[in-house]
Amino acid sequence: MDVLLDNLDLYGPGFLNTVELFLISAVGSLVLGTVLAMLRVAPVPVMRAMGAAYVTIVRNTPLTLVFFFFAFAFPLLKIVDADTFGGSAASYYFSAALAALILYTAAFVCEVVRAGINTVPVGQAEASRALGLTFGQMLGSVVLPQATRAVVPPMMSTMIALLKNTTIAAGFSVFQAGSISLNLSERGENQLIGLLWVAAFFIVLVIPMTLLQRSLEKRWSIAR
Amino acid sequence: MSSVLFDVPGPRARLRHRLYAILGVAVLVAGIGFVVYRFAESGQFAGEKWSWIQYEKVQTDLLDALVNTLKAFAAGAVLALLFGAIFAAGQLSDHKVIRVPAMVVVELFRAVPLVVLIFVFHYGLSLGAPFYSVVLGLTLYNGSVLAEVFRAGVLSLPRGQSEAAYAVGMRKTQVMNNVLLPQAVRAMLPAIISQLVVLLKDTALGFLITYDELLDYARYLGSIFEFGRPLVPVTIVVAAVYIAMCLLLTWLATYLEKRNRRNKKVVELEKKPAEDVVAAAV
Repeated sequence: MDVLLDNLDLYGPGFLNTVELFLISAVGSLVLGTVLAMLRVAPVPVMRAMGAAYVTIVRNTPLTLVFFFFAFAFPLLKIVDADTFGGSAASYYFSAALAALILYTAAFVCEVVRAGINTVPVGQAEASRALGLTFGQMLGSVVLPQATRAVVPPMMSTMIALLKNTTIAAGFSVFQAGSISLNLSERGENQLIGLLWVAAFFIVLVIPMTLLQRSLEKRWSIAR
Repeated sequence: MSSVLFDVPGPRARLRHRLYAILGVAVLVAGIGFVVYRFAESGQFAGEKWSWIQYEKVQTDLLDALVNTLKAFAAGAVLALLFGAIFAAGQLSDHKVIRVPAMVVVELFRAVPLVVLIFVFHYGLSLGAPFYSVVLGLTLYNGSVLAEVFRAGVLSLPRGQSEAAYAVGMRKTQVMNNVLLPQAVRAMLPAIISQLVVLLKDTALGFLITYDELLDYARYLGSIFEFGRPLVPVTIVVAAVYIAMCLLLTWLATYLEKRNRRNKKVVELEKKPAEDVVAAAV
C-alpha cells in the first residue's frame, strides 16, 4: 500500500494519461474504423479493395512496430512541424501514440462493423425495400438496429484490447500507467509492488468490462 | 455481389459508381504521390540510405534477429498451447476446487496488459535474460486466451457426443481425450491459428525490454550514421517481414477453415452473431 500512497504523484497522472489515451483513441478508431467498414461494403470494387488492403496490412503489423514508426521514423519524413504538437517532445510522443493506436485499432473496428452488417440477412433489406422504405429508412430502422446487437459484444473486446494496448506507449516516451514503474525505479521503490498496483488498476477496469460484454452477448444473442 | 446494403445497380447507379471509382483512385494516387514526394524531399530514396542491404554482416545480423523473433514465437506458441490445454481442462472440471482457481487464473492473465506482465517478470522479478520474460509473458497471456478458445470449442459440441461416449462406457478422461478434444481442436483450428498470429506480433514487445529481436535490431540499424540513419527504409523492410510472416499464418488458417468446411466429419458449430470477429483477436 505504501508504494501506491507514497507515489500518488506518479500513479495519479499515469492512470489519468492512460484513460485519456484510451478515450481519445477509442473515439478516433471508432470513427475511422466505421469509415473503413463503409469502404469495405461499398458497391464500388476499387473502394472495397482499398479498405481490404488497409485492413490486411495493418492487422498483420505488430502494434509495437506502428508505435516505432510514429515515434522514430515519421519525424524524419518532416511531414508536419514539431510545433504543431505544442512544440515539446512529450506532446509529440503523445500525439504519435494516439496516431499509432487509432490507425491500428481502426482496422479491427472495421472488421467488427463489417461482420456486424453481414450478420443481417439479405432478406431483411430486400423486404424493407419491397415495402417501399428509402435507403435511409432501411438502414435506420431495419439493418442498423440488428447489426448493432451483433456488433456491441465484439466491439467491447476490441476496446478492452485497445485499453490494454495503451501500455505499449511506455516504450515510446509517453508517460502513462505502463511507464509508472520505470519512474518508480528512479526513486528506489520496489518495482514489483509498483507493477502489481498497475496490474491491479487494469484488472479493476477490464474485468467489469468483460463481465458486461458476456452478459450482453448472452442477452442479445437470442435475437435471431 | 449481393449485399445487405445495396441493390444490384441500374444504369444510372453504375455510372455513379464508376465516378466514385475514379474519385477513389484519384484520392489513392494523390496519397501515394504525396508519400513518394515526401520520401524524395526528405532524402529517403538516397542510395546511401538503402546501401545497408548489400552488406553481408547486416544481412546475417538481420537473419539472427529474425531467428530470435521466431525462437520467442516458437517457445511461446508451444507453451501457450500447453497452458491453454491444461487450463481449459481445469475450467471444464466438475470439481469446484479446480474449476474456480483455473477460471481466476485465466481471467487474471487476460485482464493484465501483456506489457505490464512482461515488465513484472523483467523488472519486478528480474528473471535475467529478456528472452525468459518475453516467453513467459507470451505464454501466460496467449495461453489464457487459448484456454477460452479450447473451452468454447468443447462447449459448442452437441451434448449427444459426450452422452453417447458415456453410454458406451467411457470414463471422463476418455470422453475428453478421445471424443471431445479432437473435434473441438479441429473446429477451433482457425481461431487457434489467429491467436498464434497475435502471439507472433506480440514478440515485438520484446523490443521494450531490449530482447534482441527484429525490431530491436531495426532500431540499432536505423541509427547507424554511416548509412545515413536509414530508419525509414529499415522500418519498411522490417514491416514487410512481419506482414509476410503473419500472412503466411493467416493463409494457413483460411486454408484449414476451407478444408474443414468441405469435410463432412466436422460438426457445424452453432453460429453466433459476428462470431468470426470474436476469434479475430487484437
